[in-house]
Amino acid sequence: MRLAKNLRAFLRVGTVGALAYRADVIVWLLSTTMPLIMIAFFGAVTRDGAIGRYHEPQIVAYFLATFIIRSLTASWISWQINLDIRDGTLGSRLLLPVHPLVAYAAESIGGMPVRALGSVVIAGIMLALLGPSAVAHDPVIWILWCVSVAAAWLLSLLVSVTIGGLAFFVDSSAKVMDAWLAGLFVFSGYLIPVDLFPPRLRAVVDWLPFRYQIGLPVELMVGAHDRASAVGLVGRQLLFVVVLALVTFAVWRRGVARFAAYGG
Amino acid sequence: MIEVQNLRKDYSVHKRPPGALAALRSVLHRKYETVRAVDDVSFQVAAGERIGLLGSNGAGKTTTLKVLSGLVHATSGAVRVAGHDPRRRERAFLERISLVLGQRQRLLWDLPASETFELHRVVYGISRPDFAATMRELEDLLELGDLSSRPTRELSLGERMKCELAAALVHRPTVLFLDEPTIGLDVGMQLAVRAFVQRYNERHGATVILTSHYMDDVVALCPRVIVLDQGAVAYDGSLEALVRRVRPEKRVVLRLTRAVLPADLAALGMVVRHAPLEVVLDVDPARIQTTLTEALAALPIRDLTVEDPPLEEVMAEIFAGQRDARRKAPS
Repeated sequence: MRLAKNLRAFLRVGTVGALAYRADVIVWLLSTTMPLIMIAFFGAVTRDGAIGRYHEPQIVAYFLATFIIRSLTASWISWQINLDIRDGTLGSRLLLPVHPLVAYAAESIGGMPVRALGSVVIAGIMLALLGPSAVAHDPVIWILWCVSVAAAWLLSLLVSVTIGGLAFFVDSSAKVMDAWLAGLFVFSGYLIPVDLFPPRLRAVVDWLPFRYQIGLPVELMVGAHDRASAVGLVGRQLLFVVVLALVTFAVWRRGVARFAAYGG
Repeated sequence: MIEVQNLRKDYSVHKRPPGALAALRSVLHRKYETVRAVDDVSFQVAAGERIGLLGSNGAGKTTTLKVLSGLVHATSGAVRVAGHDPRRRERAFLERISLVLGQRQRLLWDLPASETFELHRVVYGISRPDFAATMRELEDLLELGDLSSRPTRELSLGERMKCELAAALVHRPTVLFLDEPTIGLDVGMQLAVRAFVQRYNERHGATVILTSHYMDDVVALCPRVIVLDQGAVAYDGSLEALVRRVRPEKRVVLRLTRAVLPADLAALGMVVRHAPLEVVLDVDPARIQTTLTEALAALPIRDLTVEDPPLEEVMAEIFAGQRDARRKAPS
Protein backbone atom coordinates (compact mmCIF):
# COMPACT_ATOMS: atom_id res chain seq x y z
CA MET A 1 0.00 0.00 0.00
CA ARG A 2 2.74 2.41 1.06
CA LEU A 3 4.88 1.29 -1.88
CA ALA A 4 2.00 1.97 -4.25
CA LYS A 5 1.53 5.45 -2.78
CA ASN A 6 5.24 6.18 -3.07
CA LEU A 7 5.32 4.88 -6.64
CA ARG A 8 2.36 7.07 -7.52
CA ALA A 9 4.02 10.14 -5.99
CA PHE A 10 7.28 9.65 -7.90
CA LEU A 11 5.32 8.76 -11.03
CA ARG A 12 3.57 12.09 -10.81
CA VAL A 13 6.87 13.90 -10.35
CA GLY A 14 8.31 12.03 -13.34
CA THR A 15 5.37 12.93 -15.55
CA VAL A 16 5.29 16.57 -14.50
CA GLY A 17 9.08 16.69 -14.88
CA ALA A 18 8.88 15.16 -18.36
CA LEU A 19 6.46 17.87 -19.39
CA ALA A 20 8.44 20.70 -17.77
CA TYR A 21 10.52 21.17 -20.89
CA ARG A 22 8.19 20.96 -23.88
CA ALA A 23 11.13 21.24 -26.29
CA ASP A 24 12.65 18.09 -24.73
CA VAL A 25 9.54 16.08 -25.63
CA ILE A 26 9.81 17.12 -29.28
CA VAL A 27 13.57 16.41 -29.35
CA TRP A 28 12.91 13.00 -27.82
CA LEU A 29 10.29 12.19 -30.47
CA LEU A 30 12.74 13.17 -33.20
CA SER A 31 15.61 11.18 -31.66
CA THR A 32 13.74 7.87 -31.62
CA THR A 33 13.02 7.76 -35.31
CA MET A 34 15.73 5.25 -36.20
CA PRO A 35 13.18 2.43 -36.82
CA LEU A 36 11.42 4.72 -39.30
CA ILE A 37 14.72 5.19 -41.14
CA MET A 38 15.18 1.40 -41.13
CA ILE A 39 11.71 1.07 -42.73
CA ALA A 40 12.88 3.25 -45.61
CA PHE A 41 16.12 1.26 -45.91
CA PHE A 42 14.68 -2.26 -45.68
CA GLY A 43 11.59 -1.20 -47.64
CA ALA A 44 13.81 -0.31 -50.60
CA VAL A 45 15.71 -3.60 -50.29
CA THR A 46 12.61 -5.83 -49.97
CA ARG A 47 10.85 -4.21 -52.90
CA ASP A 48 12.79 -6.53 -55.23
CA GLY A 49 12.16 -9.64 -53.13
CA ALA A 50 11.94 -10.95 -49.58
CA ILE A 51 14.85 -10.97 -47.15
CA GLY A 52 14.50 -14.04 -44.98
CA ARG A 53 10.82 -14.20 -44.14
CA TYR A 54 10.32 -10.46 -44.60
CA HIS A 55 8.45 -8.96 -47.52
CA GLU A 56 7.88 -5.21 -47.56
CA PRO A 57 4.68 -5.19 -45.43
CA GLN A 58 6.31 -7.41 -42.80
CA ILE A 59 9.41 -5.24 -42.60
CA VAL A 60 7.23 -2.14 -42.20
CA ALA A 61 5.22 -3.86 -39.45
CA TYR A 62 8.43 -5.05 -37.74
CA PHE A 63 10.01 -1.61 -37.52
CA LEU A 64 6.79 0.17 -36.53
CA ALA A 65 6.52 -2.39 -33.71
CA THR A 66 10.18 -1.69 -32.86
CA PHE A 67 9.37 2.00 -32.55
CA ILE A 68 6.50 1.21 -30.19
CA ILE A 69 8.49 -1.22 -28.01
CA ARG A 70 11.50 1.08 -27.77
CA SER A 71 9.19 3.94 -26.74
CA LEU A 72 7.56 1.85 -24.04
CA THR A 73 10.65 0.15 -22.59
CA ALA A 74 13.62 2.51 -22.91
CA SER A 75 15.29 3.70 -19.73
CA TRP A 76 17.64 6.67 -19.55
CA ILE A 77 18.22 6.72 -15.80
CA SER A 78 21.74 5.33 -16.11
CA TRP A 79 23.09 8.82 -16.88
CA GLN A 80 21.04 10.31 -14.05
CA ILE A 81 22.34 7.76 -11.53
CA ASN A 82 25.91 8.24 -12.77
CA LEU A 83 25.55 12.00 -12.28
CA ASP A 84 23.81 11.69 -8.91
CA ILE A 85 26.61 9.48 -7.58
CA ARG A 86 29.40 11.64 -8.96
CA ASP A 87 28.09 14.99 -7.73
CA GLY A 88 26.66 13.65 -4.47
CA THR A 89 23.00 14.37 -5.30
CA LEU A 90 22.22 10.75 -4.52
CA GLY A 91 22.56 11.82 -0.87
CA SER A 92 19.22 13.65 -1.05
CA ARG A 93 17.55 10.49 -2.33
CA LEU A 94 19.15 8.35 0.36
CA LEU A 95 17.70 10.60 3.03
CA LEU A 96 14.14 9.87 1.95
CA PRO A 97 12.37 6.85 3.47
CA VAL A 98 11.92 5.32 0.02
CA HIS A 99 14.44 3.06 -1.65
CA PRO A 100 16.16 5.19 -4.33
CA LEU A 101 15.63 2.41 -6.88
CA VAL A 102 11.87 2.65 -6.37
CA ALA A 103 12.10 6.40 -6.95
CA TYR A 104 14.27 6.01 -10.06
CA ALA A 105 11.93 3.34 -11.46
CA ALA A 106 8.82 5.43 -10.86
CA GLU A 107 10.40 8.56 -12.33
CA SER A 108 11.41 6.47 -15.33
CA ILE A 109 7.83 5.33 -15.85
CA GLY A 110 6.68 8.92 -15.29
CA GLY A 111 7.74 9.91 -18.77
CA MET A 112 5.85 6.99 -20.23
CA PRO A 113 2.33 8.48 -20.71
CA VAL A 114 3.75 10.97 -23.19
CA ARG A 115 5.62 8.19 -25.00
CA ALA A 116 2.63 5.84 -24.85
CA LEU A 117 0.59 8.46 -26.63
CA GLY A 118 3.10 8.45 -29.49
CA SER A 119 3.00 4.64 -29.50
CA VAL A 120 -0.78 4.58 -29.83
CA VAL A 121 -0.55 6.89 -32.83
CA ILE A 122 2.08 4.66 -34.47
CA ALA A 123 0.02 1.52 -33.74
CA GLY A 124 -2.99 3.21 -35.39
CA ILE A 125 -0.90 4.03 -38.47
CA MET A 126 0.36 0.43 -38.50
CA LEU A 127 -3.15 -1.02 -38.55
CA ALA A 128 -4.41 1.51 -41.05
CA LEU A 129 -1.53 0.89 -43.47
CA LEU A 130 -1.14 -2.83 -43.17
CA GLY A 131 -4.41 -4.16 -41.78
CA PRO A 132 -4.92 -6.61 -38.92
CA SER A 133 -2.73 -9.24 -40.61
CA ALA A 134 0.33 -7.21 -39.61
CA VAL A 135 0.00 -8.23 -35.95
CA ALA A 136 -0.48 -11.45 -33.97
CA HIS A 137 -3.98 -12.88 -33.74
CA ASP A 138 -3.63 -15.37 -30.87
CA PRO A 139 -4.88 -13.84 -27.56
CA VAL A 140 -2.38 -16.01 -25.64
CA ILE A 141 0.43 -14.44 -27.62
CA TRP A 142 -0.92 -11.01 -26.69
CA ILE A 143 -0.93 -11.98 -23.00
CA LEU A 144 2.66 -13.13 -23.39
CA TRP A 145 3.39 -9.87 -25.23
CA CYS A 146 2.19 -7.90 -22.20
CA VAL A 147 4.46 -9.94 -19.93
CA SER A 148 7.31 -9.55 -22.37
CA VAL A 149 6.93 -5.76 -22.63
CA ALA A 150 6.94 -5.47 -18.83
CA ALA A 151 9.99 -7.75 -18.63
CA ALA A 152 11.75 -5.79 -21.39
CA TRP A 153 11.14 -2.56 -19.47
CA LEU A 154 12.44 -4.19 -16.27
CA LEU A 155 15.53 -5.45 -18.10
CA SER A 156 16.26 -2.00 -19.49
CA LEU A 157 15.75 -0.48 -16.04
CA LEU A 158 17.99 -3.03 -14.32
CA VAL A 159 20.73 -2.63 -16.93
CA SER A 160 20.47 1.13 -16.53
CA VAL A 161 20.67 0.96 -12.72
CA THR A 162 23.55 -1.52 -12.75
CA ILE A 163 25.61 0.45 -15.24
CA GLY A 164 24.73 3.77 -13.58
CA GLY A 165 25.69 2.20 -10.24
CA LEU A 166 29.16 1.37 -11.54
CA ALA A 167 29.91 5.05 -10.84
CA PHE A 168 30.20 3.97 -7.18
CA PHE A 169 33.34 2.08 -8.20
CA VAL A 170 34.77 3.97 -11.20
CA ASP A 171 35.05 7.67 -11.97
CA SER A 172 32.20 7.62 -14.49
CA SER A 173 29.99 4.92 -15.94
CA ALA A 174 28.56 6.96 -18.82
CA LYS A 175 30.88 5.41 -21.39
CA VAL A 176 29.92 1.90 -20.24
CA MET A 177 26.30 2.78 -21.01
CA ASP A 178 27.30 4.09 -24.43
CA ALA A 179 29.03 0.76 -25.13
CA TRP A 180 25.97 -1.16 -23.92
CA LEU A 181 23.73 0.90 -26.20
CA ALA A 182 25.99 0.09 -29.17
CA GLY A 183 25.50 -3.61 -28.37
CA LEU A 184 21.79 -3.07 -27.88
CA PHE A 185 21.27 -1.39 -31.22
CA VAL A 186 23.21 -4.09 -33.10
CA PHE A 187 22.11 -7.28 -31.31
CA SER A 188 18.60 -6.51 -30.04
CA GLY A 189 16.79 -6.45 -33.36
CA TYR A 190 16.46 -2.68 -33.18
CA LEU A 191 18.28 -2.08 -36.47
CA ILE A 192 18.22 -5.57 -38.01
CA PRO A 193 15.76 -8.37 -37.13
CA VAL A 194 17.77 -11.04 -35.29
CA ASP A 195 16.46 -13.83 -37.52
CA LEU A 196 18.41 -12.23 -40.36
CA PHE A 197 21.69 -12.85 -38.51
CA PRO A 198 23.93 -15.75 -39.63
CA PRO A 199 23.00 -18.92 -37.64
CA ARG A 200 26.17 -18.93 -35.51
CA LEU A 201 25.79 -15.29 -34.52
CA ARG A 202 22.10 -15.89 -33.93
CA ALA A 203 22.94 -18.67 -31.46
CA VAL A 204 25.09 -16.25 -29.49
CA VAL A 205 22.52 -13.43 -29.64
CA ASP A 206 19.85 -15.74 -28.24
CA TRP A 207 21.85 -15.95 -25.02
CA LEU A 208 22.66 -12.27 -24.73
CA PRO A 209 20.18 -9.98 -22.93
CA PHE A 210 19.89 -7.43 -25.76
CA ARG A 211 17.23 -9.30 -27.77
CA TYR A 212 15.01 -9.52 -24.69
CA GLN A 213 15.10 -5.74 -24.26
CA ILE A 214 13.53 -5.00 -27.67
CA GLY A 215 13.48 -7.84 -30.20
CA LEU A 216 11.35 -10.44 -28.42
CA PRO A 217 8.28 -8.25 -27.70
CA VAL A 218 8.52 -6.95 -31.28
CA GLU A 219 8.56 -10.50 -32.63
CA LEU A 220 5.58 -11.43 -30.45
CA MET A 221 3.68 -8.37 -31.61
CA VAL A 222 4.09 -9.17 -35.30
CA GLY A 223 3.20 -12.82 -34.74
CA ALA A 224 6.63 -14.30 -35.43
CA HIS A 225 6.27 -17.08 -32.79
CA ASP A 226 3.82 -19.86 -32.01
CA ARG A 227 2.70 -20.42 -28.44
CA ALA A 228 5.36 -23.00 -27.49
CA SER A 229 8.23 -20.96 -28.86
CA ALA A 230 6.83 -17.77 -27.28
CA VAL A 231 6.53 -19.37 -23.83
CA GLY A 232 10.13 -20.62 -24.02
CA LEU A 233 11.49 -17.25 -25.07
CA VAL A 234 9.48 -15.27 -22.49
CA GLY A 235 10.69 -17.76 -19.86
CA ARG A 236 14.29 -17.07 -20.90
CA GLN A 237 13.56 -13.34 -20.77
CA LEU A 238 12.24 -13.66 -17.20
CA LEU A 239 15.37 -15.62 -16.28
CA PHE A 240 17.46 -12.69 -17.49
CA VAL A 241 15.31 -10.38 -15.34
CA VAL A 242 15.92 -12.47 -12.21
CA VAL A 243 19.68 -12.78 -12.78
CA LEU A 244 20.05 -9.10 -13.59
CA ALA A 245 17.96 -8.13 -10.54
CA LEU A 246 20.37 -10.06 -8.31
CA VAL A 247 23.35 -8.35 -9.95
CA THR A 248 21.70 -4.93 -9.66
CA PHE A 249 20.96 -5.26 -5.96
CA ALA A 250 24.47 -6.59 -5.25
CA VAL A 251 26.06 -3.65 -7.10
CA TRP A 252 23.75 -1.18 -5.38
CA ARG A 253 24.30 -2.55 -1.86
CA ARG A 254 28.08 -2.61 -2.20
CA GLY A 255 28.04 0.74 -3.95
CA VAL A 256 26.04 2.58 -1.31
CA ALA A 257 28.47 1.35 1.36
CA ARG A 258 31.26 3.01 -0.65
CA PHE A 259 29.31 6.18 -1.39
CA ALA A 260 31.32 9.21 -0.32
CA ALA A 261 28.58 11.83 -0.91
CA TYR A 262 31.15 14.26 -2.29
CA GLY A 263 30.09 17.72 -3.20
CA GLY A 264 28.11 18.54 -0.12
CA MET B 1 19.84 11.21 21.55
CA ILE B 2 23.18 10.94 19.72
CA GLU B 3 26.10 8.78 20.78
CA VAL B 4 29.34 8.66 18.87
CA GLN B 5 32.12 6.33 20.00
CA ASN B 6 35.59 6.28 18.43
CA LEU B 7 34.26 7.23 15.02
CA ARG B 8 36.75 6.95 12.19
CA LYS B 9 36.23 7.55 8.49
CA ASP B 10 38.88 6.97 5.84
CA TYR B 11 38.48 7.90 2.19
CA SER B 12 40.49 6.36 -0.59
CA VAL B 13 41.50 9.22 -2.86
CA HIS B 14 42.94 8.92 -6.35
CA LYS B 15 46.00 11.14 -6.66
CA ARG B 16 47.99 12.11 -9.69
CA PRO B 17 50.30 14.98 -10.58
CA PRO B 18 49.16 17.46 -13.25
CA GLY B 19 50.01 17.04 -16.91
CA ALA B 20 49.06 14.92 -19.90
CA LEU B 21 51.73 12.29 -19.25
CA ALA B 22 50.57 11.78 -15.69
CA ALA B 23 46.98 11.53 -16.93
CA LEU B 24 48.01 8.84 -19.42
CA ARG B 25 50.00 6.99 -16.77
CA SER B 26 47.02 7.07 -14.40
CA VAL B 27 44.92 5.21 -16.98
CA LEU B 28 47.28 2.23 -16.66
CA HIS B 29 48.23 2.52 -13.02
CA ARG B 30 46.34 4.51 -10.42
CA LYS B 31 47.74 5.62 -7.12
CA TYR B 32 45.32 5.82 -4.24
CA GLU B 33 45.95 7.50 -0.94
CA THR B 34 43.99 6.92 2.24
CA VAL B 35 42.82 10.18 3.76
CA ARG B 36 41.52 10.07 7.32
CA ALA B 37 38.63 12.52 7.42
CA VAL B 38 37.45 11.67 10.94
CA ASP B 39 39.79 10.26 13.56
CA ASP B 40 38.59 8.65 16.78
CA VAL B 41 35.79 11.12 17.44
CA SER B 42 33.55 10.53 20.46
CA PHE B 43 30.78 12.70 21.86
CA GLN B 44 27.23 12.55 23.16
CA VAL B 45 24.33 14.89 22.51
CA ALA B 46 21.22 15.08 24.67
CA ALA B 47 17.73 15.53 23.26
CA GLY B 48 16.94 19.17 22.48
CA GLU B 49 20.57 20.36 22.56
CA ARG B 50 21.92 22.78 19.96
CA ILE B 51 25.54 22.09 19.11
CA GLY B 52 28.02 23.80 16.82
CA LEU B 53 30.53 21.63 15.02
CA LEU B 54 33.49 23.89 14.30
CA GLY B 55 36.75 23.49 12.49
CA SER B 56 38.76 24.73 9.54
CA ASN B 57 38.14 23.40 6.01
CA GLY B 58 38.76 19.66 5.88
CA ALA B 59 38.51 19.25 9.65
CA GLY B 60 35.87 16.52 9.28
CA LYS B 61 32.69 18.44 10.15
CA THR B 62 30.63 17.59 7.08
CA THR B 63 31.84 14.00 7.03
CA THR B 64 30.73 13.62 10.64
CA LEU B 65 27.26 14.93 9.76
CA LYS B 66 27.08 12.59 6.77
CA VAL B 67 27.95 9.62 8.96
CA LEU B 68 25.37 10.68 11.57
CA SER B 69 22.68 10.93 8.90
CA GLY B 70 23.57 7.57 7.33
CA LEU B 71 24.79 8.95 4.00
CA VAL B 72 28.33 7.76 4.54
CA HIS B 73 29.38 4.55 6.26
CA ALA B 74 32.00 4.87 9.00
CA THR B 75 35.27 2.96 8.64
CA SER B 76 35.07 2.02 12.32
CA GLY B 77 33.43 3.11 15.56
CA ALA B 78 29.87 3.06 16.82
CA VAL B 79 27.17 5.63 16.09
CA ARG B 80 23.60 5.72 17.45
CA VAL B 81 21.14 8.43 16.52
CA ALA B 82 17.68 8.39 18.10
CA GLY B 83 18.26 4.74 18.99
CA HIS B 84 19.19 3.72 15.43
CA ASP B 85 22.34 2.72 13.58
CA PRO B 86 22.36 5.34 10.79
CA ARG B 87 24.09 2.96 8.36
CA ARG B 88 20.96 0.84 8.17
CA ARG B 89 18.84 3.84 7.11
CA GLU B 90 15.71 2.30 8.56
CA ARG B 91 12.44 4.04 7.79
CA ALA B 92 11.87 4.95 11.47
CA PHE B 93 15.32 6.58 11.55
CA LEU B 94 14.87 8.53 8.32
CA GLU B 95 11.51 9.80 9.56
CA ARG B 96 13.17 11.28 12.64
CA ILE B 97 16.15 13.04 11.09
CA SER B 98 16.87 15.63 8.46
CA LEU B 99 20.11 16.83 6.93
CA VAL B 100 20.36 20.20 5.23
CA LEU B 101 23.50 20.66 3.20
CA GLY B 102 24.00 24.31 2.26
CA GLN B 103 25.41 23.51 -1.16
CA ARG B 104 23.21 20.54 -1.94
CA GLN B 105 19.56 20.55 -2.66
CA ARG B 106 16.66 18.20 -2.24
CA LEU B 107 14.22 20.39 -4.14
CA LEU B 108 13.15 19.21 -7.59
CA TRP B 109 15.02 21.63 -9.83
CA ASP B 110 12.53 22.09 -12.67
CA LEU B 111 9.37 22.05 -10.57
CA PRO B 112 7.92 24.40 -7.93
CA ALA B 113 8.97 23.65 -4.35
CA SER B 114 5.36 22.77 -3.60
CA GLU B 115 5.85 19.62 -5.72
CA THR B 116 8.74 18.59 -3.46
CA PHE B 117 6.66 19.30 -0.35
CA GLU B 118 3.83 17.16 -1.71
CA LEU B 119 6.26 14.37 -2.62
CA HIS B 120 7.63 14.44 0.92
CA ARG B 121 4.09 14.38 2.32
CA VAL B 122 3.46 11.11 0.53
CA VAL B 123 6.80 9.38 1.16
CA TYR B 124 6.81 10.32 4.85
CA GLY B 125 3.19 9.19 5.16
CA ILE B 126 1.90 12.52 6.53
CA SER B 127 -1.87 12.98 6.65
CA ARG B 128 -3.28 15.96 4.74
CA PRO B 129 -4.47 17.85 7.86
CA ASP B 130 -1.06 17.42 9.58
CA PHE B 131 0.70 18.46 6.38
CA ALA B 132 -1.48 21.55 6.04
CA ALA B 133 -0.78 22.51 9.67
CA THR B 134 2.99 21.98 9.26
CA MET B 135 3.08 23.96 6.03
CA ARG B 136 1.15 26.81 7.64
CA GLU B 137 3.70 26.87 10.46
CA LEU B 138 6.69 26.68 8.09
CA GLU B 139 5.27 29.35 5.79
CA ASP B 140 4.78 31.55 8.80
CA LEU B 141 8.23 30.93 10.32
CA LEU B 142 10.11 31.17 7.04
CA GLU B 143 7.91 33.80 5.41
CA LEU B 144 7.64 31.72 2.25
CA GLY B 145 4.86 33.74 0.61
CA ASP B 146 4.42 32.56 -2.99
CA LEU B 147 7.97 31.15 -3.26
CA SER B 148 6.80 27.57 -3.23
CA SER B 149 4.72 28.06 -6.37
CA ARG B 150 7.69 29.15 -8.50
CA PRO B 151 10.06 26.66 -10.20
CA THR B 152 13.10 26.06 -8.02
CA ARG B 153 15.51 27.08 -10.76
CA GLU B 154 13.98 30.57 -10.79
CA LEU B 155 14.54 31.20 -7.06
CA SER B 156 17.46 33.15 -5.63
CA LEU B 157 19.92 31.35 -3.34
CA GLY B 158 18.29 32.74 -0.22
CA GLU B 159 14.79 31.91 -1.39
CA ARG B 160 15.94 28.42 -2.28
CA MET B 161 17.47 27.92 1.14
CA LYS B 162 14.16 28.88 2.76
CA CYS B 163 12.39 26.28 0.62
CA GLU B 164 15.16 23.75 1.35
CA LEU B 165 14.58 24.22 5.06
CA ALA B 166 10.84 23.82 4.60
CA ALA B 167 11.35 20.63 2.54
CA ALA B 168 13.71 19.27 5.18
CA LEU B 169 11.18 19.90 7.94
CA VAL B 170 7.90 18.81 6.35
CA HIS B 171 8.09 15.58 8.37
CA ARG B 172 8.96 17.43 11.60
CA PRO B 173 12.27 15.71 12.34
CA THR B 174 13.44 15.56 15.93
CA VAL B 175 17.11 15.53 14.93
CA LEU B 176 18.32 18.24 12.59
CA PHE B 177 21.75 18.26 10.96
CA LEU B 178 22.57 21.60 9.34
CA ASP B 179 25.70 21.96 7.26
CA GLU B 180 26.46 25.58 6.49
CA PRO B 181 22.78 26.57 6.39
CA THR B 182 23.52 30.27 5.89
CA ILE B 183 26.30 30.00 3.34
CA GLY B 184 25.98 32.57 0.57
CA LEU B 185 22.96 34.27 2.15
CA ASP B 186 22.71 38.00 2.71
CA VAL B 187 22.72 39.31 6.28
CA GLY B 188 18.94 39.63 6.50
CA MET B 189 18.41 36.09 5.30
CA GLN B 190 21.08 34.79 7.70
CA LEU B 191 19.21 36.37 10.59
CA ALA B 192 15.94 34.87 9.38
CA VAL B 193 17.41 31.36 9.12
CA ARG B 194 19.03 31.64 12.56
CA ALA B 195 15.80 32.82 14.14
CA PHE B 196 13.93 30.03 12.41
CA VAL B 197 16.28 27.29 13.62
CA GLN B 198 16.09 28.58 17.17
CA ARG B 199 12.29 28.75 17.13
CA TYR B 200 12.03 25.29 15.59
CA ASN B 201 14.31 23.90 18.30
CA GLU B 202 12.35 25.60 21.06
CA ARG B 203 8.92 24.74 19.67
CA HIS B 204 9.60 21.08 18.88
CA GLY B 205 12.46 20.24 21.25
CA ALA B 206 14.53 19.16 18.26
CA THR B 207 18.19 18.30 18.63
CA VAL B 208 20.31 20.45 16.31
CA ILE B 209 23.90 19.93 15.17
CA LEU B 210 25.17 22.75 13.04
CA THR B 211 28.36 23.47 11.12
CA SER B 212 29.05 26.99 9.98
CA HIS B 213 31.89 29.25 9.07
CA TYR B 214 29.80 32.21 10.18
CA MET B 215 30.54 32.59 13.86
CA ASP B 216 27.39 34.66 14.28
CA ASP B 217 25.43 31.46 13.55
CA VAL B 218 27.30 29.68 16.30
CA VAL B 219 27.03 32.51 18.83
CA ALA B 220 23.30 32.87 18.19
CA LEU B 221 22.41 29.19 18.19
CA CYS B 222 24.96 26.97 19.95
CA PRO B 223 25.56 27.05 23.70
CA ARG B 224 27.89 24.07 23.22
CA VAL B 225 30.54 23.63 20.57
CA ILE B 226 32.73 20.76 19.42
CA VAL B 227 35.92 21.84 17.69
CA LEU B 228 37.43 19.39 15.23
CA ASP B 229 41.02 19.53 14.09
CA GLN B 230 42.20 17.15 11.39
CA GLY B 231 39.29 14.88 12.11
CA ALA B 232 39.83 14.70 15.89
CA VAL B 233 37.98 16.45 18.72
CA ALA B 234 40.10 19.36 19.94
CA TYR B 235 37.47 20.83 22.27
CA ASP B 236 34.02 19.88 23.52
CA GLY B 237 32.26 22.22 25.89
CA SER B 238 30.46 25.49 26.27
CA LEU B 239 31.16 28.33 23.91
CA GLU B 240 31.83 30.68 26.83
CA ALA B 241 34.43 28.36 28.33
CA LEU B 242 36.13 28.00 24.96
CA VAL B 243 36.38 31.75 24.60
CA ARG B 244 37.67 32.11 28.18
CA ARG B 245 40.27 29.39 27.61
CA VAL B 246 41.62 30.73 24.36
CA ARG B 247 41.15 34.44 24.91
CA PRO B 248 40.58 35.14 28.60
CA GLU B 249 40.88 38.91 28.08
CA LYS B 250 37.79 41.09 27.96
CA ARG B 251 37.38 43.40 25.03
CA VAL B 252 36.78 47.00 26.04
CA VAL B 253 35.58 49.44 23.39
CA LEU B 254 35.93 53.11 24.32
CA ARG B 255 34.20 55.77 22.24
CA LEU B 256 35.80 59.19 22.80
CA THR B 257 34.79 62.83 22.46
CA ARG B 258 38.31 63.77 21.25
CA ALA B 259 41.47 61.95 20.17
CA VAL B 260 44.01 60.72 22.76
CA LEU B 261 47.68 59.77 22.57
CA PRO B 262 48.91 56.15 22.57
CA ALA B 263 50.80 56.89 25.77
CA ASP B 264 47.47 57.58 27.50
CA LEU B 265 46.33 54.02 26.75
CA ALA B 266 49.48 52.02 27.45
CA ALA B 267 48.73 51.36 31.10
CA LEU B 268 45.13 50.26 30.50
CA GLY B 269 45.67 47.07 28.47
CA MET B 270 46.70 45.77 25.09
CA VAL B 271 45.61 48.14 22.34
CA VAL B 272 43.88 46.24 19.55
CA ARG B 273 42.78 49.29 17.56
CA HIS B 274 43.39 52.97 17.96
CA ALA B 275 41.20 55.24 15.82
CA PRO B 276 40.82 58.98 16.50
CA LEU B 277 37.50 58.62 18.33
CA GLU B 278 37.44 54.93 19.16
CA VAL B 279 39.84 52.69 21.03
CA VAL B 280 39.64 48.90 21.38
CA LEU B 281 41.55 47.26 24.22
CA ASP B 282 42.05 43.70 25.45
CA VAL B 283 42.06 43.75 29.26
CA ASP B 284 42.83 41.10 31.87
CA PRO B 285 39.42 40.23 33.42
CA ALA B 286 40.91 40.46 36.94
CA ARG B 287 41.75 44.11 36.24
CA ILE B 288 38.59 45.10 34.43
CA GLN B 289 37.13 47.18 37.26
CA THR B 290 40.37 49.02 37.93
CA THR B 291 40.95 49.62 34.24
CA LEU B 292 37.47 51.04 33.71
CA THR B 293 37.84 53.34 36.74
CA GLU B 294 41.20 54.59 35.49
CA ALA B 295 39.91 55.05 31.94
CA LEU B 296 36.85 56.99 33.06
CA ALA B 297 39.03 59.26 35.21
CA ALA B 298 41.75 59.88 32.60
CA LEU B 299 40.06 59.78 29.17
CA PRO B 300 37.30 61.84 27.46
CA ILE B 301 34.87 58.89 27.20
CA ARG B 302 31.50 59.30 25.49
CA ASP B 303 30.46 55.68 26.09
CA LEU B 304 32.01 52.25 26.47
CA THR B 305 31.22 48.55 26.11
CA VAL B 306 32.76 45.44 27.64
CA GLU B 307 32.40 42.15 25.80
CA ASP B 308 34.08 38.85 24.97
CA PRO B 309 36.52 38.88 22.06
CA PRO B 310 34.82 38.10 18.69
CA LEU B 311 34.51 34.38 18.08
CA GLU B 312 36.13 34.76 14.65
CA GLU B 313 39.33 35.88 16.40
CA VAL B 314 39.09 33.06 18.93
CA MET B 315 38.65 30.46 16.19
CA ALA B 316 41.40 32.00 14.07
CA GLU B 317 43.70 31.73 17.06
CA ILE B 318 42.73 28.10 17.68
CA PHE B 319 43.27 27.14 14.03
CA ALA B 320 46.57 29.05 13.87
CA GLY B 321 47.69 27.28 17.06
CA GLN B 322 46.75 23.94 15.57
CA ARG B 323 48.68 24.71 12.39
CA ASP B 324 51.74 25.73 14.41
CA ALA B 325 51.54 22.57 16.52
CA ARG B 326 51.38 20.44 13.37
CA ARG B 327 54.36 22.26 11.89
CA LYS B 328 56.41 21.73 15.05
CA ALA B 329 55.37 18.10 15.56
CA PRO B 330 58.03 15.55 14.50
CA SER B 331 56.91 13.77 11.32
